[in-house]
Amino acid sequence: MSGQHDHCGSGGGSSTANLGLTRFAVVGSPNSGKTTLFNSLTGLHAKTGNYPGVTVARYEGRMRLGENQSVVVEDLPGSYSLDPISPDEQIVVDVLDTDHHNLRVDVPDAMLVTLNATTLRRSLGLLAQLQQTGLPICVVLTFTDDLTRRNGRLDIPAFTRALGVPVVTVVAGHRDGLADLRHVMARSDSWTTPVVAPPTDPAEVNAWADSVLKSSRYRMPEIDKRTRRIDSLVLHPVIGTAIFLLTMFVFFQTIFTVAAPLQDYVEQFFSWLGGLVAEHVHIGWLSAFLSQAVIGGVGSVLVFLPQIVLLFLLIALLEGTGYLARAAFLMDRVMARAGLEGRAFVALLSSFACAIPGIMATRSLPSARDRLATMMGAPLMTCSARLPVYILLVSLMLPAQARVGVFNARGVVMFALYLAGALSAMAVAAVFKKFTSRGGPVLPFYMEMPPYQVPRWRNVGAEVWTAASAFLRKVTSIIMATTVVLWVLLNLPMRGEAEMAAAGVDTGDEAAVSSYVLDHSYAASIGRSVEPVFEPLGFDWRINIGILSSLAAREVFVATLGQVAAAENPEEPAEALRTMTVQDGPEAGRPLFDAPTIAALLVFFMYALQCMSTVGVLRRESGSWKWPAIAFGYMFVLAWVLALAARTVVAAVT
Amino acid sequence: MSSVSDRMRGRVLASAPGDGPRLTLDGLERGQRARVVGYGEEVEPSAARRLFDLGLVPGIEVTMVRRAPLRDPVIFRVGDYEIALRRAQSRGIHVESVQ
Repeated sequence: MSGQHDHCGSGGGSSTANLGLTRFAVVGSPNSGKTTLFNSLTGLHAKTGNYPGVTVARYEGRMRLGENQSVVVEDLPGSYSLDPISPDEQIVVDVLDTDHHNLRVDVPDAMLVTLNATTLRRSLGLLAQLQQTGLPICVVLTFTDDLTRRNGRLDIPAFTRALGVPVVTVVAGHRDGLADLRHVMARSDSWTTPVVAPPTDPAEVNAWADSVLKSSRYRMPEIDKRTRRIDSLVLHPVIGTAIFLLTMFVFFQTIFTVAAPLQDYVEQFFSWLGGLVAEHVHIGWLSAFLSQAVIGGVGSVLVFLPQIVLLFLLIALLEGTGYLARAAFLMDRVMARAGLEGRAFVALLSSFACAIPGIMATRSLPSARDRLATMMGAPLMTCSARLPVYILLVSLMLPAQARVGVFNARGVVMFALYLAGALSAMAVAAVFKKFTSRGGPVLPFYMEMPPYQVPRWRNVGAEVWTAASAFLRKVTSIIMATTVVLWVLLNLPMRGEAEMAAAGVDTGDEAAVSSYVLDHSYAASIGRSVEPVFEPLGFDWRINIGILSSLAAREVFVATLGQVAAAENPEEPAEALRTMTVQDGPEAGRPLFDAPTIAALLVFFMYALQCMSTVGVLRRESGSWKWPAIAFGYMFVLAWVLALAARTVVAAVT
Repeated sequence: MSSVSDRMRGRVLASAPGDGPRLTLDGLERGQRARVVGYGEEVEPSAARRLFDLGLVPGIEVTMVRRAPLRDPVIFRVGDYEIALRRAQSRGIHVESVQ
């Protein structure tokens, strides 16, 4: 099944250092305290990767049980059943089912099965299925404090006898349960197993669960009054909607306003660092390479880090409290129009800031189809990198005092661009959902509504840390490579001073020199060679260079055009842009930035995937190059066709 | 020898008894209690097995808790926990009223 077994440890199998160690798999349904248990067992030493060939994140870590005993703990995705309906659940089957495993992953030696004491009736069905695998099982009973608080009851010794396997009670935030568990884990080869495994036939398993609960004198917990009280506000048709909108507003504001100064610091730091290099490295090309390509490249990635950390912090907090499930519940009907479900809403919302965290946020979706559809649509949301491009182009197209009715025309166009982006994202997601859903059965929609909780700082921290470190490790390499290549293309071949002087360039004038280098660079030849592709849209080679350089990050387009304009008229670059004319071809002499061309450019930027960081994250999150290639392809075609349409329409109207 | 997941996939859930007046989960009013009796014939076998694994098993007591402001989905208390289902799912779950 997997053609790309990864030996370095983050991908396919486990790292070689873990070979020969006892492996424990943490298994349980969602909301059973599985991740909390995993985090408290392994601390922040967990490694993340992907299971080979699928979009399922994999977590495993080592822990020490004693002086000279280390074991490996793997956190399997939350699952309600061994009868899988999503790729996450398929992974659980592949890892645990020794007769049926088709991934080259290590089969665990034993399982830690988390059972939420407040949802015991349902959880026993999963336990019965897990016992069919024949692997040794230790039950970790969680949320017994909640059970007691809600007047439920369970006789744990009787429960242990009824199940026939070791049972350890671990309450989050209390260390003594964990100590017991480590003790039990150290003797995993002598765990008890029931004489007869529990049945899995529908009628029999019900009877079995009832008899286990009866003999352990289980009393169901009462309704959680605190949760009901909060829900009666949060899910109220009017008050709840207001709370939801307010939460989203604060969410948005935090990501933009709190992150902005932090992003400025990152930018300032890197420009300071670049200046330092320029000052101390006196070999011209090396200094430019280090300061622009290397430091500039890293800086252009790290500038997104504050947004990513904040976003994941907020999502982890919302998820930890239980509000995220409520927000998804409120939005489900709206998202259903695009064939998606409520949980996809958070990912699309995040993409307004940046598609990278948006795509990373699709991890909360249980269905791989929804996840892919959302990932394919997310890059169309108007991210913050498009904003400077839109501002430049709209101000070139419309005078500041232009009006549409009572509204400022520039504002109306900006709003239309945001709205069109969001609608396109939903439409694309709907198309991909339809396309990928052919054949397979429809995944029934269900969403557990967990009681409200105070979020665990350790889980929040682990989630933020995982997201931030994965972002840094994987994306830095890709954007670094891209910016280096781009810099080389824009600055080579090297031009000697003698050659420039011979061409009539004033070598003392920096703008003239950079303009000459740019005009004769490899990028310029590429810009000219792709002219046939972009000519129907009205773009000339200078715009093409801008588009080429915007592959590193969209806002680079503004800087590149600025560079080109400054080269022509260093005193007034803005004026230079406005008066720039097409240099060659049949349309020579036409103003380059006339309304139809600007409209085409705006539409092109709205749809084209000019962002290598997004491509990198798509690769990482989807587990293969297939989906980023599809995304790049479909977005380019969409961008080109719609840009041509926009140009034609605007040309006809004006 | 068949694997565990194959055996789980092979589980057959009996359809709801066809006679008498039909009450399905989506017909419950807020606060109304009912007992699950089975799944409609139109429910795909894989979906029925999933509903079973989610605890919507014959005999379990279900209470309708609240509707989303846009009418769908709906939160139900199933045995000891709460779950949101869309009408597309709750329509296929047959229940009998509990006084």
